[in-house]
Amino acid sequence: MSRSDVLVDADYVEAHIGAPGTVIVEVDEDTSAYDKGHIPSAIKIDWKKDLQDPVRRDFVDRVGFEALLSERGISNDDTVVLYGGNNNWFAAYAYWYFKLYGHQNVLLLDGGRKKWELDSRELTTDVPIRDKTSYHASEQDATLRAKRDEVIDAIGKRNLVDVRSPDEFSGKLLAPAHLPQEQSQRGGHIPTAKNVPWSKAANEDGTFKSDSDLSTLYKDEAGVDFGKDTIAYCRIGERSAHTWFVLHEILGLPNVKNYDGSWTEYGSLVGVPIELGEGK
Amino acid sequence: MSNVSNESCGAPAGGVTITKDKASKEAVIEGQVTRDGSPVAKGYARLLGTGDEFVAEVPLGEDGGFRFFAAPGQWTLRVLAPGDIRLEQAVSADTGQVTRVDFLV
Repeated sequence: MSRSDVLVDADYVEAHIGAPGTVIVEVDEDTSAYDKGHIPSAIKIDWKKDLQDPVRRDFVDRVGFEALLSERGISNDDTVVLYGGNNNWFAAYAYWYFKLYGHQNVLLLDGGRKKWELDSRELTTDVPIRDKTSYHASEQDATLRAKRDEVIDAIGKRNLVDVRSPDEFSGKLLAPAHLPQEQSQRGGHIPTAKNVPWSKAANEDGTFKSDSDLSTLYKDEAGVDFGKDTIAYCRIGERSAHTWFVLHEILGLPNVKNYDGSWTEYGSLVGVPIELGEGK
Repeated sequence: MSNVSNESCGAPAGGVTITKDKASKEAVIEGQVTRDGSPVAKGYARLLGTGDEFVAEVPLGEDGGFRFFAAPGQWTLRVLAPGDIRLEQAVSADTGQVTRVDFLV
């Protein structure tokens, strides 16, 4: 993978509005944002209601994902163009999720909803009607998703990239600064983790930084060893999906996993090692 | 204001609604962006830490409002809106206080 395989700009998306074989999908952190206005012909996927199991802490299963995409009118051959607010935070999560269930053709609109809005491009409240499909999903790709035991085993062996803010990393905060401070039992980070806040990968307008800037950020400044396998985590796995996208899809590192259990799981586990402070 | 629960990593428009019990434990920074007395509903508020380090961002609410749950200390607020609008103010937050910062475009 490289940048040109996975990222498209606004002109590309404008040229593909309503195009057969392309489905534009908004996935936003603020799930009401779509209803206030979205890119023409775009449909909505709700990261919580649609993608999370309503009872267990887990994703919807394969059958559930098939039912969702069939109902939204997405077929296996469609190219799905994802976008969302806040530097494509949740859109990148959805991208990872689509890949997890084996959807081949997925693209991300560089800059997402923010750049589209700041550039004063067209938004509509019209909701498109799409014919139902019969979508077939693969079993989850275990090479993309890390579970807790694998993470504990990776301490000191693989790159662990903690993509939360420095204050969450050090243990000062338990959640991002725009949310109430609650959740995990303990603050801090997984020992040996490097702290590269996810947002450092994005420019102020939400677009991704250049390949060379990204490489400098992770390899040279943070000390991530590009020759080793990597696990990224945050608090609930969404910011780290953005970093997974950067490392795996843009920079093309071969073995990168997202730990979606992240700090809300790890910081509540009994008996696991935790490091406080700015890291080593 | 928002239907995003606290389990979200997300940034609901304008920020999460505050309650009295929360206010006593949090260092809240909130405000409103207006132009000629009317709310600017399209735009983003960013919270920056030391050295302009990005910390958080929320889309502005329908009322042009935004809210952050910061830690006590010094912060910078930056507002982005269509038409290359980019405004900035320094702010100091304290636990148990709601610090208000308004922007005029």
